[in-house]
Amino acid sequence: MSGLPAVLRPGSAANTRRGERLIEFFLRAAAAIGVVTTVGIVTVLVVEASFFFLEVSPVDFFTGTRWSASILPYAFGVIPLITSTLMIALIALVIAVPLGVLAAIWMSEFASQRVRAIVKPVLELLAGIPTIVYGFFAITVITPLLKATILPELGTFSALSAGIVVGILVLPLVASLTEDALRSVPRSLREGSYALGATRFETVRRVLLPAALSGIAAAVILAMSRAVGETMAVVLAAGTNPQFTLDPTKSVQTMTAFIVQISLGDTPTESIQFKALFAVGATLFAMTFTLNLISAWIVRRYRNVYE
Amino acid sequence: MSNRTMGRRKVSNALFGLLALLAIFSSLLALTGLLIDVVVRGAGSVDVQFLSSAPSRIPAKAGIFPALIGTLWVTILVAIITFPIGVAAAIYLEEYAGRGRWARLMKLNISNLAGVPSIVYGIFGLALFVRLLGLGRTVFAAALTLSLLILPVVIISSMEALRAVPPSQREAAYALGATRWQMIRRALLPSAAPGILTGIVLAVGRAVGETAPLILIGAVTFVTFVPTNPFEDKYTVLPIQIYNWASRPQAAFQEISAAAILVLLVLMFMLNLAAIILRARLSRSIQW
Repeated sequence: MSGLPAVLRPGSAANTRRGERLIEFFLRAAAAIGVVTTVGIVTVLVVEASFFFLEVSPVDFFTGTRWSASILPYAFGVIPLITSTLMIALIALVIAVPLGVLAAIWMSEFASQRVRAIVKPVLELLAGIPTIVYGFFAITVITPLLKATILPELGTFSALSAGIVVGILVLPLVASLTEDALRSVPRSLREGSYALGATRFETVRRVLLPAALSGIAAAVILAMSRAVGETMAVVLAAGTNPQFTLDPTKSVQTMTAFIVQISLGDTPTESIQFKALFAVGATLFAMTFTLNLISAWIVRRYRNVYE
Repeated sequence: MSNRTMGRRKVSNALFGLLALLAIFSSLLALTGLLIDVVVRGAGSVDVQFLSSAPSRIPAKAGIFPALIGTLWVTILVAIITFPIGVAAAIYLEEYAGRGRWARLMKLNISNLAGVPSIVYGIFGLALFVRLLGLGRTVFAAALTLSLLILPVVIISSMEALRAVPPSQREAAYALGATRWQMIRRALLPSAAPGILTGIVLAVGRAVGETAPLILIGAVTFVTFVPTNPFEDKYTVLPIQIYNWASRPQAAFQEISAAAILVLLVLMFMLNLAAIILRARLSRSIQW
């Protein structure tokens, strides 16, 4: 009797049912961790940031153009941190979007099956390299290279080399997502275009890019979100000097770099600087969260238009 | 159509093809340049002494032993924590949750979490594990934080693995009188195991290279002893050690930083290789 599966043993039906319910309860609890994490992150950021805003007015924080957390007189205007973050993200996109989209077009429209089968995994493997390695690359190769060629006056840290290295870092993401978007365009559209006598370039420009535009836009916004939240590469390449400037050759401090600077020092947890960490973290979270939502919305809103 | 416009169209087509080829070439060049840079700078410094010594103020005597052990601790703990929770959550979302509003919200939430910057997880880990729960700046707090960070990735890849199992497998199990859980345990999980395990190993690889969240939850940059108790001892990990050395101006420290990067990349490569081998082994026994 005992050799039979539990379900066939007499009298075990009630036990089985109870067991099933218990298992479902545990599985549901595990799945709920995702929701708990989101609620937890938002709660921590809002509560801790509110302690900061008891001491510094939100108006001064969001409109102030001077940030000085370590040198007196202290000033907590977050705009310099935001502008330098956005400047680096923009430089990154200027590099990653054209290169990534063209690379994706090559992979999906020009490469043979065999070549693509090698190139795509290589690109994805490189996307898995820790970002600290990219930061190392920026200070040992990109900055010296820029100094030796076009910008002899460039300092050790600059928004420019940070932007370039973040561009290289998000390139695989843009290429991979754009390639997915191009490949999801139905084959019949390509064939229709070729049947009308279009060249490959004309097919890409007039048919594929318009058809895949929503997917590409979503990829670009996701890349921007990655660039805004990127930390280690930016800390090493751009430095920790909060300046309100749009000059990419200057050393700047991004939001993430400020958070790292405060965590590395011996900043007391009761100090205003430590509270500022949470206010900046909340701002960063709000920015990346909005970007991610826009990206997901674009994908949902414009999906399957061609079916 | 005149020959002139035809010619121009052919030229622009050829130029475009060339441009696209150039783009993929320069992308791969930039990314491989990164690896070459690290190998050229670091390979000379990796030796037994480097792997087995503690960090030092003198670059030539410095090593990564405490960081290596710290990284191994964190890796093992993260794998132990994320495996059961990630798989259980994926089973619930894929097999139990259905298609209602609550289920859609939970799935949307998981993909949103995957897009939260890692440093924000560091802030959360600092507030929750280090301070609120009083775990302190330990390997355990670090492992919990990194587990939360990679859980969305583990759940998403496990869900994909479960979805890839053909419905006939489920139906056959039900036809034999299996309950839902019996079906999952005897039919679904064995079939989905290769995909699930590959996803977990890759996600753990990501955790190994994470730096920013660990700076927040207090991986110390100068640890000369080997942590033995993950619940109490101070610790450091390889990425933190790399950051510490890379941020110094002296060339000698940059060299040992590159050497530490090399060790980290080899470690991650070994994890990737393990995933590939595991997948090949496990899928050999599955025939649909």
